Amino acid sequence: MSVADRSMGLGLKALNSLAGSELVDRIGLRKPAERLLYQTSRNGVRAAGAAGRTFSAASRLGRPARLSTVSSSGVFDLTPDDEQRMLRDTFRAFGREELRPRAQAADAACEAPAELVAQAAELGLTMLGVPEELGGAVTERSTVTAVLVTEALAHGDMGLATAILAPAGVSSALALWGDADQQATYLPPFVGSAVPAAALAILEPRALFDPFALQATARREAGGFVLDGVKALVPAAARAELFLVAAQLEGQGPALFLVESSAQGVFTRPEPAMGIRAAATATLTLEDVELPGIALLGGGDPAVFGACVHRARLAWCALAVGTAQAVLDHVIPYVNERKAFGEPISHRQAVAFAVSDIAIELEGMRLTTWRAASLADQGKPFAKEAAIARRLCATKGVAIGSRGVQLLGGHGYVKEYPVERWFRDLRAIGVMEGGLLV
Amino acid sequence: MTINLEIPRKFKPLVGQAHTVATEVFRPVSRRYDREEHTYPKELDFLAAVIGGMSDGGGAGGAGAVGSRDSPSNGSAPEGSRNGSNLASALSIMELCWGDVGLLLSMPGQGLGNSAIGAVADDAQLERFGGRWAAMAITEPEAGSDSAAIRTTAVLDGDEYVLNGEKIYVTAGERAELVVVWATLDRQQGRAAIKSFVVERSNPGMKLIRVEDKLGIRASDTAAFSLEDCRVPKRDLLGDPKIQPKGGFAGVMQTFDNTRPLVAAMAIGVARAALEFTREKLAEAGVEVDPDAPPHSQPAAAAELLDMEADYEAARLLTLQACWMADNRKPNSLQASMAKAKAGRTGTDVCLRCIALCGSAGYAETELLEKWARDAKILDIFEGTQEIQLLIIARQLLKKTSADLK
Repeated sequence: MSVADRSMGLGLKALNSLAGSELVDRIGLRKPAERLLYQTSRNGVRAAGAAGRTFSAASRLGRPARLSTVSSSGVFDLTPDDEQRMLRDTFRAFGREELRPRAQAADAACEAPAELVAQAAELGLTMLGVPEELGGAVTERSTVTAVLVTEALAHGDMGLATAILAPAGVSSALALWGDADQQATYLPPFVGSAVPAAALAILEPRALFDPFALQATARREAGGFVLDGVKALVPAAARAELFLVAAQLEGQGPALFLVESSAQGVFTRPEPAMGIRAAATATLTLEDVELPGIALLGGGDPAVFGACVHRARLAWCALAVGTAQAVLDHVIPYVNERKAFGEPISHRQAVAFAVSDIAIELEGMRLTTWRAASLADQGKPFAKEAAIARRLCATKGVAIGSRGVQLLGGHGYVKEYPVERWFRDLRAIGVMEGGLLV
Repeated sequence: MTINLEIPRKFKPLVGQAHTVATEVFRPVSRRYDREEHTYPKELDFLAAVIGGMSDGGGAGGAGAVGSRDSPSNGSAPEGSRNGSNLASALSIMELCWGDVGLLLSMPGQGLGNSAIGAVADDAQLERFGGRWAAMAITEPEAGSDSAAIRTTAVLDGDEYVLNGEKIYVTAGERAELVVVWATLDRQQGRAAIKSFVVERSNPGMKLIRVEDKLGIRASDTAAFSLEDCRVPKRDLLGDPKIQPKGGFAGVMQTFDNTRPLVAAMAIGVARAALEFTREKLAEAGVEVDPDAPPHSQPAAAAELLDMEADYEAARLLTLQACWMADNRKPNSLQASMAKAKAGRTGTDVCLRCIALCGSAGYAETELLEKWARDAKILDIFEGTQEIQLLIIARQLLKKTSADLK
């Protein structure tokens, strides 16, 4: 694949957004960002220009814009491309400089600082899953890119990452499954300067919740729909302007509905949880909410709903990978510095082997998540791979969180260190359905 | 450059051929050679010819444990990802061990000694030993995981080294044509003085003491030798004959970076056999895994199968990663050990749990599952035990020497 081909993967707009950001300077990424912008503008201007013209044509034709699938060269490869590397580095630095220092306060306040959410939006997160002709930043599917970015942000803090990424889940869903009207109506703000808060609401408050057996209902009425039900642990729900809500469509099956928070009968109530508290999770209650016909996403196609659930699960996998990496990166220096019986505790196999196990399982979590994401980009089935990644990330992620605390002992248990927070955050994996997606 | 973790397109024919061999040749005789330990599986002679054809035709660098040598002249594509002989070998080993691990270990010309020769031999040695079956002799009665503590000595006498000592647990030692023997040039100088020597199996100084009776991999012979004034031509020492205080032993150990992922691949193959068998048995019992439904709202057996599939997949991808790194000449000893550790424990764990799910069909000799569990156990032991892998990983991550972290 040539540079020109690749540069179409990530559009000029995203790069400009990055290059124009003061953050890029602050976190020391000016040079790589400029280099990439130069390369892309040299090779990719025509693509971007042509894409710009397609925008109005697409509107007139009334066809939804879709991202092309990624064509695989058929080669096993674990190397992120240049754009992916740059985005990962940028958001890793953003996580380190902006998220981690504010994580504890945000956890305590159960709220992500508004200026932080705005800063993150400035970096173009909501454009990474949206086609250029709709004002987004990509021409190809970008699930792997989203996974890498999510990992990077979660390395800073899972709760803040969830708050920041939730709107991108909705914009990506609109890009993937929205029809021309839905895209024209709802996407522009997500690629504009004031990105609305938004979230995907699937989870319901009961034991053994199954996203394919929903209790929230939608019935058809007068050319539209009426929604009833309760959704649990919806990120940033109090601020959200738009929800993507999963409900059982009468006589059809589980489906996704675009619900504006201003609609009659939409209520939110804070529902702080054990972890991801910075995401300001809330209960979303829908009481006889009347929706227009445009609200149904993907025509109620069960395949769309399935893919949405699988992509949401992958997002949580990526969050788990980033957070588990943070645990590993924290315990290594700790066990080397902490002394007991006259030597570093890392000189004991019981301690050292725990570190090895964290590293092994973390790498397995990462690779299974990448595999499912890569299949999604290639347009191949990935339900089974997503299930495997989710199972692995849930069981191993929780174990890694617990082991992290154990390795630090009492220090792991107090809020002076971030490890107790990671313990709480990692328990979200396997519980959460929806919230965000890649 | 696209992140892609699927089996490379160009290796699909190789994988298909290996699977056919596993199905048509290995599986039908699997139980027989488990019962008739020490009987040479004569089917393998015929197979050796087939394997030769597979390597030549596929261009994938061999079907067994040989493919670890990089061809430097061939690395003409610095850009992009190389899928080479390490990956090809792992993929075909996974298939063949889905058939039978013991039989794979008995395949002529596919010994771990061949990997050592492939990795460190010079061109003249490659010429001399190429195409011949080589076993690997490291372990001694008093030195297993601590391979730097071996006592077998090699003393230069004119144009020959004279080897003395005892070697045990030599896989394919009885049947191979060559044995790569680890010996020390000077026990006072520790690991730096350890060298490997290619010894002709017909050498009168190398005497077969016994062939072990084992828990599993019974189709594969495990030999013990005594070396009594065993004279080996000087030119058959592999690598640098000088004692290098720094890095000499590391060179010898580097062989493991290539072979450990291949042993991991063996465990992947067995685990998949067990999982497929169990999935069928559970389906007969009316239990199917629904990947979409939460594990806890499914039958416990289905949830357990999903758990095992998840560990299996993690082990498999770790193995492919380690091989891919070797193919692309990225330092991979961390990943090789992670793959070996994860696959080694997963292979045994999966087989034992599958037996519990399958009940008598899992435990009785009427099926092969009980045998796979016995076979799998060795894969968490040889080429470095689970504990040794965890040590290697920890030392790398924590930047500790073997003196700090024992």
